[in-house]
Amino acid sequence: MAGETENYVELRHINKTFKNYKASDDIHFGIEKGKLVGLLGPSGSGKTTILRMIAGLETADSGDIVIDGRVVNDVAASKRGIGFVFQNYALFRYMTVYDNIAFGLTVNKCKKSDIKKRVEELIELVDLKGLERRYPSQLSGGQRQRVAFARALAPNPELLLLDEPFAAIDAKVRQELRSWLREMITRVGITSIFVTHDQDEAIEVADEIIITNRGRIEQIGSPGDIYSAPKTAFVAEFMGSPTRISNISEFKGYEQLDRTIHAVVRPENVSVTKKTEKSRYPASVEHGIVERVLFRGRELELAVRVHGVLLTANRRLEEARIAEGEAVDVFIYRVYAFHENEEVQIVDNANVGTENLFYI
Amino acid sequence: MGERRKKKKRVIPGFGLSIGITVTMLGLIVVIPLCSLILFSAQLSLPGFIETVTRPRVLSSYLVSFQTALAAAVVDAVMGLIIAWVLVRYDFPGKAVMNGIIELPFALPTAVAGIALTHLTTTNGWVGGFFDRMFGIRIAYTRLGITVALIFIGIPFVVRSVCPVLEKIDLQYEEAANILGANSRQTLFRVILPEITPALLAGFTMSFARGLGEYGSVVFIAGNMPYETEIAPLMIMSELQEFDYASATSIALVMLLTAFVILLANAAIQSRNSKIVSGIS
Ligand SMILES: Nc1ncnc2c1ncn2[C@@H]1O[C@H](COP(=O)(O)OP(=O)(O)O)[C@@H](O)[C@H]1O
Ligand SMILES: [Mg+2]
Repeated sequence: MAGETENYVELRHINKTFKNYKASDDIHFGIEKGKLVGLLGPSGSGKTTILRMIAGLETADSGDIVIDGRVVNDVAASKRGIGFVFQNYALFRYMTVYDNIAFGLTVNKCKKSDIKKRVEELIELVDLKGLERRYPSQLSGGQRQRVAFARALAPNPELLLLDEPFAAIDAKVRQELRSWLREMITRVGITSIFVTHDQDEAIEVADEIIITNRGRIEQIGSPGDIYSAPKTAFVAEFMGSPTRISNISEFKGYEQLDRTIHAVVRPENVSVTKKTEKSRYPASVEHGIVERVLFRGRELELAVRVHGVLLTANRRLEEARIAEGEAVDVFIYRVYAFHENEEVQIVDNANVGTENLFYI
Repeated sequence: MGERRKKKKRVIPGFGLSIGITVTMLGLIVVIPLCSLILFSAQLSLPGFIETVTRPRVLSSYLVSFQTALAAAVVDAVMGLIIAWVLVRYDFPGKAVMNGIIELPFALPTAVAGIALTHLTTTNGWVGGFFDRMFGIRIAYTRLGITVALIFIGIPFVVRSVCPVLEKIDLQYEEAANILGANSRQTLFRVILPEITPALLAGFTMSFARGLGEYGSVVFIAGNMPYETEIAPLMIMSELQEFDYASATSIALVMLLTAFVILLANAAIQSRNSKIVSGIS
């Protein structure tokens, strides 16, 4: 059995229904040992349910959960060798940082000296020296996360599950903690699954992403694959905050497409130029009117109306300023096109290749 | 900086008015009566005061009150915790009714409770008769009887202070403990109990303090034998009936101080706990 696959964790055709809501619908995937996997999907798509079923906090209606070659369906949560970091950390409020981290060892009747050694090691690892005697309420969000992380790791689990590990942390520190967590998990070398609804987070932290939607898995792949080659309409519309276009065949360079096909376009695939500027592809620029200009710090975000569709595009700050209401040229490099329930095709502007020849 | 602070709008308007009302009410219904108590006792000289409050019969009444109230509060804490647990964690038919019945001791005139309990626990009553025949234990007209009455009076304090806290405990604490390998006993004693201890302690103190002062429900069941089942509030009543107001208020003052010390200890523990939870150090 164990030799059958290389996967350390496997979910086999898992179904789970709450009352009449199907929270998990034929969930099937495997995770290799040592990988850091992100479960990404909108709120309510069943990510936490999957995590809780792996941990043994929830029981699947059907299907098998396999950890390290052993079917664990009937194994108690405490016997699965799992560390769990809860969304709001669930630190014990009446215990100090030290006692929180030591909890998993004390309840298992470890030797006092061993506990002390292990806890000190973990406090060192998560860089919380000097805060051992504090209570959770006296810590910042980031410090609490580290305590939760250390507490979960204390009994030496083989698999670490993290539910929205960054949700309770303010935006500024979040960025920092992403790389911290990534580094920690790599250093400890533990197979990990984390849940998030934030695509940037998943792309940045995970080795592999599993996209969930309405209790189903939409796509599994590396962050690069998921982003650049979405397979389903849902993934195409979810990744990269795109705009949906239902009349794509009216756009220059996309006339060859079927009239009934839908398309989504991402801001980075739209270029907006002033009428006075020279466009690289004069034959296929569209006429557009800028409706909104938003200052995003690093760049400007433009909302431009073209053929009745309000497209989003970015423009660098050092380029000539564009005003609201201004008429501009719009060029779309690439769209993701799909019929309902069919695979997504990546379609590049038909004129890119041909016009480029003139320039070369 | 300082000025800006002063100008900061409070969320609830009319702080001046509300603090005024609070102080006035506290003064009228708590402080002034208490002061009059002290003034009355001051009619006695200090040696006279000490003589009055340390008469053997009075001393033994303190002991009876203290013993029975403490025993009742301990029983209330344990039973109240179990009742609160059942009310919060389980669903069963008649739960709403049970929830309401818990408050009966609050609403019932204490004398009614006293008479009912006495009837039930004399050697002729159902419960009293059973215990007398089976174990040779008498309930009514003993300290045990007083304790039974005080348990009845005090139990809602514990249930009502523990219930809301128990309801608010996040299930995730238990799940976290469970995954970390704690069994249900360890989870109960190390994770859940610390969460409800402050509320349990508050309920315990209130039922203890109330037990010290309870009169109505106790006089019937106590039998009021000097040195045996005579409680401190009864001593006060009997002094009053002899129109010895100074003695009555002196004993009352001792009771008052005791209750005050108990509540103060509770407040100190509560404030330490809320510091742990809210993080103000
Ligand atoms: N214990 C539960 N009882 C009933 N419904 C639940 C329960 N847990 C989750 N659900 C439902 O299952 C769906 C998926 O929930 P969840 O896995 O928490 O989603 P996510 O973590 O992706 O936001 C939600 O619609 C939620 O309401
Ligand atoms: Mg969730």
